[in-house]
Amino acid sequence: MNQMAQGVWVVAEERDGEIRKITYEVVSEGRRLADALGQEVTAVLLGSGIKEKAADLGQYGADKVLVADDPRLDPYTTDAYVSVISEVVKANEPAVLLMGASVQGKDLSGRLSARLDVGMAQDCTAFEIRDGNLVATRPIYAGKAYATVTFENSWPQMATARPNVMPVNEPDGSKSAEVIEASFTLDDGALKTKVVDVIRDASGKVDLTEAERIVSGGRGMKGPENYEILEKLADLLGGTVGASRAAVDAGWRPQTDQVGQTGKVVSPNLYVACGISGAIQHLAGMGTSKVIVAINKDPDAPIFQKADYGVVGDLFDIVPALTEAVKKYL
Amino acid sequence: MNIIVCLKQVPDTETQIKIAPDGQSIVTDDIKWVMNPYDEFGVEEALRLKEKFGGEVTVVGLGPKRVTESIRTALAMGADKGILISDDALVGSDSLGTAKGLAAAIKDLEFDVIFTGQRGIDDDMGVVGASVAELLGIPQLSLIQKVEVAEDGKSVKVHRPVEGQNLVLESSLPVLITAQKGLNEPRYASLPGIMKAKKKPLEEKTLADLGMDPSQVGQGARKQKIVALSSPPERAAGKIIEGETPQEKAAELARLLHEEAKVI
Repeated sequence: MNQMAQGVWVVAEERDGEIRKITYEVVSEGRRLADALGQEVTAVLLGSGIKEKAADLGQYGADKVLVADDPRLDPYTTDAYVSVISEVVKANEPAVLLMGASVQGKDLSGRLSARLDVGMAQDCTAFEIRDGNLVATRPIYAGKAYATVTFENSWPQMATARPNVMPVNEPDGSKSAEVIEASFTLDDGALKTKVVDVIRDASGKVDLTEAERIVSGGRGMKGPENYEILEKLADLLGGTVGASRAAVDAGWRPQTDQVGQTGKVVSPNLYVACGISGAIQHLAGMGTSKVIVAINKDPDAPIFQKADYGVVGDLFDIVPALTEAVKKYL
Repeated sequence: MNIIVCLKQVPDTETQIKIAPDGQSIVTDDIKWVMNPYDEFGVEEALRLKEKFGGEVTVVGLGPKRVTESIRTALAMGADKGILISDDALVGSDSLGTAKGLAAAIKDLEFDVIFTGQRGIDDDMGVVGASVAELLGIPQLSLIQKVEVAEDGKSVKVHRPVEGQNLVLESSLPVLITAQKGLNEPRYASLPGIMKAKKKPLEEKTLADLGMDPSQVGQGARKQKIVALSSPPERAAGKIIEGETPQEKAAELARLLHEEAKVI
């Protein structure tokens, strides 16, 4: 334990001036860890014209928010973020440094850990404090095993949290974080990459890694045209449609929809697997879902071993019937 | 255009992972070792750049001798030469240690673009690429699905899918790019390719060859320490929904999701 290093730091993620949900998840988790340590939570918020969003992070558990406001920090670039965060971290020596394992967080954490020359634990599903130190649990082999890791002569103890796993604290409107302006130097010469365009997904569909509910289809869907019945159920549930590798490789669904070891690892509240047999690579990608439903006509399909609720039957009968049946509860 | 591809060997995705009796490693007896799937995208993209701009593709692997097989696979796909960094002192390195070894081998080579997979599908860290870029002092473009090098070969434009968006990023060269699935469809090695690969240069280097201090790498240098490995948490046995008709089954499922699981 490094006596000098104090405090739990959380890197906030913002896009288009809005703080993203993953930030509330990580601030909430940071609060729990800071309470166990008897220390403070500081959120680090980078962006341009973002200061007014800072105090609200206090409602989720941040004691302080360190704001770095600069036009060069919007939109996110690896170079600018790594430069500013490494500078303020070195100046303040936090004990723990957390961020979300979103695409941005994964990009940032890799480079930042190298710049700070510290150990890092990526995409963790649980944290705890033991003897004053951070202990992280992270799935490896896409969830076929779990590793418990600690940090050795390495401060801050750095980790990213898998989206959708850490519970968000109930916001407390009476609380507000102390907002502090960060002092930093940002050398233009250090900014070697830039964002030249943003192609927005017009569908407005929530990304699989952030979706609360996922309806996924595999080989049993028989063709791309049949995904419409899954879209209907997903729309009704406010969810997103996913796919198995078989369906993606067949060209039925885009690459970005693939759930599994070489696709996206997801943790929704509800995962409905339709016509997915449950290859080990797929099971690895959705095994941390809170509730799993399997619909498959083969009663011996391995997916039923993972499912909380299984329906043996033809998905082309069951899914439309389920779409009707859930209306009663929405 | 000179391109480097970093390569890792990992258990095939079909592998059932078993925890070894020491509780800190996995049983490796029956594992089929393959090139990390994300690195294959890197090899393919490197070959496409070579086909367009000329130059050489060098594959740099790190690990035990068996990694030679995966390097040969890349050579059979069309890469020009291979380097294997192999040294007992590297065993147990964390991402940073691995990156130090790779960077030490790469720093003396000529390169415009370096590819790595966005992550190894074994430890799922996704840090080695960024760390190599940091150690070499070059920019990184992570999790990339499309690469367009400018005609003059001096800059690159790439696509990074993020949640709900696709970012178009630009960087000068040299740059390190980490490959995401969807970047391309890797080619298979042809039979003549496999024959040719046997004659292509494959150099083996130890830490001493790279002028590296063994205390910088390996188990002892780990800053992220694995305390224990465990099997995934068991899920309680599920319920099979009974019913005479699809409608009955669907109604019962919806009821359970609402009343018992409380997810709708």
